[in-house]
Amino acid sequence: MVKEISFLLFQILLVVTCCGFAAYLISFISPKKGLKNVARTLLFVSWILQTLYIVSRYYLAGYTPITTHHEAVFFFAWSMTTAYLSFRWRHTVKNFGMFVSGLVLVLLLVAAFSPREIIPLEPALQSGWLPIHAGFSLLAYAFLGLAFCGGLMYLLQERELKSKRLGYFFSRLPSLEALDQLMTYCLALGFSFLCLGMITGIIWSKQAWGTYWRWQPKEVMTLIIWFVYLIQVHQRFTVGWRGRRAAMMALVGFGIVIVTLWRVVA
Amino acid sequence: MQQNSIWQFFASIRLALVTIFLIAITSIIGTIIPQKKSLLFYQEQYGPKIAQLFEILDIPDMYGSWWFVLLLFLLSFNLVICSIDRFPAVWKIMQSDGLSFSFDRIKRMSFTHEWQVSGERSSVISELLPRLTQSGWTVRRQDTDDGTLLFSQRGVFTRAGVYIVHTSILVIFLGAIIGSLMGFKGSIYIKELDSTSRINLFSSDQSVDLGFEVSCQSFTMEFYDNGAPKEYTSHLKVIENQQVVKEQHIEVNSPLKHRGITFYQSSYQPFEEFLISIENLNSGDKKELITRFQTQEYWDEENITIGIINARARGRSIVTSKIWLKKDDQKPVTFWLDDGQQINVPELNNNYQISVKQRYATGLQVAKDPGVWWVYIGCALMMVGLYIAFFMSHRRIWLQVSEQDGSVSVLLAGSTNKNKPGFEKQFQTLIESLNPEST
Repeated sequence: MVKEISFLLFQILLVVTCCGFAAYLISFISPKKGLKNVARTLLFVSWILQTLYIVSRYYLAGYTPITTHHEAVFFFAWSMTTAYLSFRWRHTVKNFGMFVSGLVLVLLLVAAFSPREIIPLEPALQSGWLPIHAGFSLLAYAFLGLAFCGGLMYLLQERELKSKRLGYFFSRLPSLEALDQLMTYCLALGFSFLCLGMITGIIWSKQAWGTYWRWQPKEVMTLIIWFVYLIQVHQRFTVGWRGRRAAMMALVGFGIVIVTLWRVVA
Repeated sequence: MQQNSIWQFFASIRLALVTIFLIAITSIIGTIIPQKKSLLFYQEQYGPKIAQLFEILDIPDMYGSWWFVLLLFLLSFNLVICSIDRFPAVWKIMQSDGLSFSFDRIKRMSFTHEWQVSGERSSVISELLPRLTQSGWTVRRQDTDDGTLLFSQRGVFTRAGVYIVHTSILVIFLGAIIGSLMGFKGSIYIKELDSTSRINLFSSDQSVDLGFEVSCQSFTMEFYDNGAPKEYTSHLKVIENQQVVKEQHIEVNSPLKHRGITFYQSSYQPFEEFLISIENLNSGDKKELITRFQTQEYWDEENITIGIINARARGRSIVTSKIWLKKDDQKPVTFWLDDGQQINVPELNNNYQISVKQRYATGLQVAKDPGVWWVYIGCALMMVGLYIAFFMSHRRIWLQVSEQDGSVSVLLAGSTNKNKPGFEKQFQTLIESLNPEST
């Protein structure tokens, strides 16, 4: 019964997210206030359905669904939606929802095409630290991913402004100030989650293997990512870097994250 | 303070950045070149010349190599010198009294707002003071003939945040050093129904005495339906002076701790040996026998001879084994028995219950790490320090009230060491509350 509900939830949320993205896209091309509200509501409904799907899978598997490819990608999509909604709740960034819902949709499609079977946990993963460590880490990557999107839009908008011919994107992209605010917010939370993810990983590794740091490729790459974001946070919050340079750093940082997730973890 | 060039070199941020960069870049080497393999492996993979170069540079164990440890040490040394170099100046700022600042200096602060009010100086102050307090600023004041200066600050301690981070890194390194000097890491294999008090160290060929004995009562593996491993469990006993002082089932993720030494379930090994247990159901007497393949074992009190004459295995794991059993002068019986299965022997009037199990050794990682709490405290300290250093700031405001030609002029000035946009908003709200006409 729950299995069918879980399956149905996934199909429905895929459709809802798809509709949400379509609504965002249409309102991006020809701005209409009403449609944007519909899009936002659809994304929020999608988030609720995503949460329910995770709960249903937890019920089915008996552990936090975050280990298989399908589960990890899905959790990443959920984290990204959560990160976006948490920001959207406090600030407005014009048309950012289109980019995020598009990205979430892509992630959900990836999850849809990877095997959905429940694979029981191997002994090393059977720990209360699994959801905490993996949850923090994926949340961190979601926030840093949003900062990446913000950086990309920033550079696009800046080029538009510098060219002095206000083109297609100018009126459709958020202001530079709003994007800077977005990057600041995502960087602060993303870096905090990254720290928490690392520390919980250290504690877990100690508990399972007796060593907190084994210089595994994954650990080394995480350390490098941490260094990169440490410098970034330092430049932004202490030195006061804003604008182009800070946006570039957000891009470089997440580039390394992607390479790590793709080459080392997966 | 020493200001020679060597001191400046070690106190520089550039050295820190270069060192961190080098640590990051070189640590990638270890993710590309497999670590802790034999010399032969590297010779086959990379050729003898490069393998020799690897040996010289300690590449096979690069995270413990002299040059990598030197980089880590250089970073710590840099942190210490840099902190000693800078902290006195920061301390001076933390101690400085905002009331002693001159009017000109206050006027040059990055945030200022000036306005005129009619009335008397004292009445203006008594009107503004409660609004400042309401906004959460605890004010100190100084009256002179020229005017009155009010000063307030928040988050003085946040200036020390970066030094908390520096300290935390040193504390983590200290924990790691304590762990490697005063602790040890090693492994043991204990066969079922066997015990040991010595473990083999990872770092050298030596073994170390635990000071107590650990025995393995049993090792079991559970599998999921799809054949993937579900759990490895060892039933361990700690024995001191022939007394069992601790008994625990350990699994991956739930180790056993005794006298600061922790035993982690890490692997296992099957042996070509069997554990036979026989019970006389009438008397309740039991016998545990350890036997090899095709060897006779005896239970003298019951006059039983038993052995294993055949076995079927999947890989190195025995699936079923064939028992040969003889009691008194009766005709010997033989039968097949699954690994771990328990049966009554019909030929012996169901008086005897028997089970056979392949003998395993449990593989344990053993670690003593007295530095672990230093590492954890260091991690916590780092979180606190990073939060203070990045997300909190030292904010100061001054309010200069002076009388000029019958009217009162008010100057509000503010400064922050971090997060200017955040302070700007706060300053704006303050202006609105102190001088409502400004909007």
